[in-house]
Amino acid sequence: MDFALSDDQILLQDQVDRAVGELAPVERVAAYVRDGDRAFATENVWQGLCSIGVPGLLVPEASGGLGLGILDAALVAEIMGRHAVPGAFLGPVVAAPLAILRAGDAEQQAELLPRIAEGSLRIAVAVSEQLSGTRGDAGVRLVDGRLSGSTQMAVDIAGADLILTADHAGRLVLVRPDAPGVTRLALNVVDRTRDAACLEFSGARPEMILPGNALAAIGAALRVVLAADLLGAASRMIDMAVAYAKIRNQFGRPIGSFQAVKHLCADMAAELEPGRALVWYAAHAQDVGLPDAALTALYAKAYLGEAARLAARNATEVHGGIGITEELGLHIWLKRISFGTQLFGGPTRLREEAAILQGYLGTSVACGRAAAE
Amino acid sequence: MDLSYTPQQDAFREEVRKFLADHADQVPPHFGVNRPTPEARAWQGLLISRGYVARTIPVEYGGSGQEPDIMKAQILAEEFAAARAPLGLVNQGISMFVPTLLEHGTEEQKRAWIAPTLHGEMVWCQGYSEPEAGSDLASLKTSAREDGDDFIINGQKIWTTTAHGADMMFALVRTEPHAPNRYLGISYLIIPMDSPGIEVRPLRTMTGEAEFNEVFFTDVRIPQTNIVGARGDGWRIANSTLKHERGMLGDPNAALARIRNLLNLMEAESVDGVRLIDMPVWCDRVMTLQGRAMAMKFHAMRLLTAAVKGEEPSLARMIVKLKATELNHQIATLAVDVLGEVGGLMGDGPLSRDRGVWQKRFMFDLGMIIGGGTAQIQKNIIGERGLGLPREPRLQAAGHNR
Repeated sequence: MDFALSDDQILLQDQVDRAVGELAPVERVAAYVRDGDRAFATENVWQGLCSIGVPGLLVPEASGGLGLGILDAALVAEIMGRHAVPGAFLGPVVAAPLAILRAGDAEQQAELLPRIAEGSLRIAVAVSEQLSGTRGDAGVRLVDGRLSGSTQMAVDIAGADLILTADHAGRLVLVRPDAPGVTRLALNVVDRTRDAACLEFSGARPEMILPGNALAAIGAALRVVLAADLLGAASRMIDMAVAYAKIRNQFGRPIGSFQAVKHLCADMAAELEPGRALVWYAAHAQDVGLPDAALTALYAKAYLGEAARLAARNATEVHGGIGITEELGLHIWLKRISFGTQLFGGPTRLREEAAILQGYLGTSVACGRAAAE
Repeated sequence: MDLSYTPQQDAFREEVRKFLADHADQVPPHFGVNRPTPEARAWQGLLISRGYVARTIPVEYGGSGQEPDIMKAQILAEEFAAARAPLGLVNQGISMFVPTLLEHGTEEQKRAWIAPTLHGEMVWCQGYSEPEAGSDLASLKTSAREDGDDFIINGQKIWTTTAHGADMMFALVRTEPHAPNRYLGISYLIIPMDSPGIEVRPLRTMTGEAEFNEVFFTDVRIPQTNIVGARGDGWRIANSTLKHERGMLGDPNAALARIRNLLNLMEAESVDGVRLIDMPVWCDRVMTLQGRAMAMKFHAMRLLTAAVKGEEPSLARMIVKLKATELNHQIATLAVDVLGEVGGLMGDGPLSRDRGVWQKRFMFDLGMIIGGGTAQIQKNIIGERGLGLPREPRLQAAGHNR
């Protein structure tokens, strides 16, 4: 038994860390979230990620990718979270290749996978209703080859060539964002490093319908990878708070020497650290198909969401007043954690799914779900 | 990452399973409160002869003399837990004193004390804490004064488990009142509990049981040779012992087993005709704890791998006592809530469930958060040694010179 990262995986994290550190240094990210110069994320950062092969992480080598697994994608996502890298990842790097690999036919795979791997085909992901539940009358219907209805949130939509969405029956489709009958409503996401839009369909014709079923696999992978992003963002906030607690003096000594401040730091570090092993296990479980893959994916996202939120809160408190200013930039990670905690299912929703998966909540919730159908 | 076991490890697991199946009738029904029962001692002897406990302790000291193998130790722990069979005697003599003696004792001391301790013939208690020296252990006042070839001990110890049945105490005692600092004044002494001048008083806790004792020393005479290590070196030696104690606490498989028991309880308990596990508000609470218990289990797997590779992920290890004891207390708290008014009953009796174990654990687990270094001391350790935050400046008061 060897429950640790391989040398290759440690090297992968180091390489991505160095590349991303140059690509999106903190001053540049801060300027981006302030001014919203979209091209920085959709052009500069994306081209940089392409140059180190990130879009092809999950694409098989035969199709021009790196042929790596969900654990590797999670490790890269952790670095993306650490640097709060703006732009697309969850849609084009995680959801799209998995959907086409697991649910696409040979022709679709041959056509799309090489372009995904080289980064020339960017695919947004819109599966809110499946992962976060249906709000109001949202929901996509595919009737006679035409899409109707709406989906609450398409993620990584800026610069996307296609959108991956699912109809109420779980059928996966790819549709062009500029296709007739697609209306895009840009959303004001609190985390400016990510972008999302609400989509309405009125008779839009999909580019492709994927014949297979991959929704569960995509959902689990997205949640584990996003949990890793939260891990990275939270660990960055802890590092910043600890560094500040060592140099900030009040009452004639570093604030980190006061137990009140020291324990804020210890609490968030102690809460986050077991989450690292949980993310590793959940990601590995997807890769090798362990029996608890579905359950651990839910718990990884639920646990990291709450642990990261605690880190965001405590790290901000350790900084005192300066912590809430725009200038310091701590808020970049706080907001990334805020949005990430809710995206693809918030902690309470995920635990509800964990309960149903284990056969609990038999009467109350299942009846409610059935009535809603 | 590879969660599979080697063929040798699988074979060892099979061997252990077969042993447990073949010897199920020899598992002692009672281990004894203060002293091991004859059945418990026989079981211990059997396990040592099989190489299942005292694994790495040399044969000449009564151990099994095996090569260290963390994976074998883990397989043993898992299989014995699954079979609900005790993996040998668990006491402070075996878990704390023996490792310390192996590291710091003389050859004569090792030969005299390790074998009878391992085999349950000699029972030890720990004399560290005092009424005025808890978290600030180095301020302890129990003194040993030289008198010819002997030490004369006066003072008081507290939180002493099994003091009533113990043959011997390993204790921290101030032997050098004029040492340059308070740490260098402490020695690690061995005190026979039948020495004249020792009085043991049971200390009843809120669970209603006397889990601890107070021990009073009035002119207790021991030979000066009853010292482990050098005079004034007791603080350093004790810290290596405390490290063993903290490593001992918090088995994550045990937390998941408790979650299983809690889920069973919530499936069994109904209010207004609905099982508690089917009520969303109640279910969310147990799912939260299940997620935490899983995180702790995988965290332990990570630490296990690190230990096999000889790595020391220090922060990751430091958090275990804090998080594991907190989790256990939260599990007991939810169980008491699940039982409602019945959760407020104590012990066995009308209406009680599982002989009142949940209320007892609710109280006992609070003690575990405090014992072996309080949660607040753990947070200081995590902050200072794990994160590198500065220590709190000490008051320059009398008796607190560093």
